Amino acid sequence: MDAAQEPAIEVHGVVNRFGTQVVHDGLDMCVEPGEVFGIVGGSGSGKSVLLRTILGLHRPQAGAVRVFGRDLTRLRDRELREIKAGYGVTFQAGALFTSLTVLQNVQLPMVEHLSLDREALDGLAMLKLRLVGLPVDAAFKYPSQLSGGMIKRAALARALALDPQLLFLDEPTAGLDPISAADFDALLIGLQRQLALTVVMITHDLDTIFRTCNRVGVIVDRKMITDDLQGIVANPHPWIQSYFHGDRAARFGQHDRAAQPDGQQHGA
Amino acid sequence: MSNSVVATGVAEPVVVAASAAAPAGLRSELRGSTLHLELVGDWRIAAVAALERQLDALPLAGIMEVMVHTTGATALDLSGAWLLHRLELRLRAAAIGLRWADGLPEPVQRVAATLGHDGDPEAMAAAARVAAPLPMAAFGREVVAWMLELRRGLEFIGRTQERFNAALLQPRLWRPISIARHVYDTGITAIPIVSLIAFLISVIIAYMGAQQLLKFGADVFVVDLVTVGVLREMGVLLTAIIVAGRSGSAFAAEIGAMRLNEEVDALQAIGVNPIDVLVLPRAVGLVIAMPLLTVIADAVGLAGGALLCSFLLDMPLVQYLQRMDEAIAPTTFWVGIMKAPVFALLIAASGVYRGMQVRGSSRELGRLTTVAVVQSIFLVILADAVFAVLFMELDI
Repeated sequence: MDAAQEPAIEVHGVVNRFGTQVVHDGLDMCVEPGEVFGIVGGSGSGKSVLLRTILGLHRPQAGAVRVFGRDLTRLRDRELREIKAGYGVTFQAGALFTSLTVLQNVQLPMVEHLSLDREALDGLAMLKLRLVGLPVDAAFKYPSQLSGGMIKRAALARALALDPQLLFLDEPTAGLDPISAADFDALLIGLQRQLALTVVMITHDLDTIFRTCNRVGVIVDRKMITDDLQGIVANPHPWIQSYFHGDRAARFGQHDRAAQPDGQQHGA
Repeated sequence: MSNSVVATGVAEPVVVAASAAAPAGLRSELRGSTLHLELVGDWRIAAVAALERQLDALPLAGIMEVMVHTTGATALDLSGAWLLHRLELRLRAAAIGLRWADGLPEPVQRVAATLGHDGDPEAMAAAARVAAPLPMAAFGREVVAWMLELRRGLEFIGRTQERFNAALLQPRLWRPISIARHVYDTGITAIPIVSLIAFLISVIIAYMGAQQLLKFGADVFVVDLVTVGVLREMGVLLTAIIVAGRSGSAFAAEIGAMRLNEEVDALQAIGVNPIDVLVLPRAVGLVIAMPLLTVIADAVGLAGGALLCSFLLDMPLVQYLQRMDEAIAPTTFWVGIMKAPVFALLIAASGVYRGMQVRGSSRELGRLTTVAVVQSIFLVILADAVFAVLFMELDI
């Protein structure tokens, strides 16, 4: 039972340096199980590097990354592979495999990690595609035949292929029209509640942040400031102030908060 | 583990750390005409293969109703729920009732709502049929695609010719830096490999020639064989084949990657004709570089012949040069060298054209790069055959 209290992800004192450029200097981050955690930061602040670090794609110069209590920086390749099977990841541009159909894209993690028969593969992959709102005929198309929004959905379907408990999303709503983005948010909230997912997402979409996130971590000055939505909006740091109270934020944020019933997103 | 169903009372799927995975299973018990199924352990995707077999093996004959108890399951993810949904469909098809002792679990509800109640497999089959057309239709489409391809190829040649003519009249349109870069990339950096191949080929010709000609004591004709062979055919042909492999593929891949990255569209949007910046400099660069490479290949080839003659036939260099002088006509060198620009154009055209065709996916990029190389080598050899006939008719 003590496992349940353990944070899903714990990043401690991570240092990432590229040449003389220091991206992270003693960054801490903690994600509780079952929450939606938003990562925010200016361009070049190292959001993607942080994500790659947590995913085990990049080894930090110092610090520890613990996922469900296991330190990624000390694991062997085989153990890392095991942990990665429990992740779902979507990349910014979708990163669907262009030589495979959408259905095959979703089946790939299943084929690699499990031994399922054809019927189960097709059924489960189709379930995931329908779950993210893709029509049946999209399953047999190649990624190049899909629109941007459909690619994002297909990427989410692939991320959900192994029913992960931990979902990483890199700018999931970037490039989507507001209606599709809102649909995507609703889909994400629904899935997250029902499947008790832990979601970590990088996003610049204030709508998405206010609608979906429980807590937000802002990367400023090579470190992370984490707080719940109300706390982070009230944070006196100048960058955070201009982020949440700038021109665009004033328009989008207020509008959003007025439109949303309270308590859903501000609650724990 | 429990024999009573209400042991732990976990109705919702709970988050458990990845390490704690209880083995998933299924307990069935027949009471009267009701089959009681009790789910135990983690009904997660990892267990789906095993659970699927267990479910398929359930004896359903003579059963009126199935009662599913879900409280024993420590976790139920969507894949596990999919199995239950499948069971539900199967029972309905067999007209067997299904009851949920602990209420319909939320994930199963979601799966049912997502997939709809009608037979999903049929919809999938229908969609798959559209994806894989009948053989005759496929053949027809292939023919049409081939004709369109021919048209597009001609169109491309026409457009390039048009831009070339325009550039001839306007020196401003020449791009010397770009051309110089391509001369360097396709020419200068190819010198080592072209020299090596030319040397080895002349050694092969000389060696094989010597073996045969020594039987007749006509070993001095090895020099004829090497010099005429290298100058007329081998020098330029091998250079062209290497350049096709190196630069034809590079052209196709470079331009193809630019297309995938929408760089070509960006050029057009800025108001720059991609043919001016991407096609012409490459074609002109290669047309300059190929004859120069051929000269080097010829020289190295002749040197290789001389070396082998002195080792194999004990022929001093002076005699080799003298014999070479007698063997070749003034035209021999020019016959070889004049083919170089033609080959260069063919290689550049197919490389660049295939690159411009790349659309949509990285698989296309790989496929068209391969097509570019195969096609340019084919065109080079075809053109060489045409030249051979032509020169014979002209008696050169």
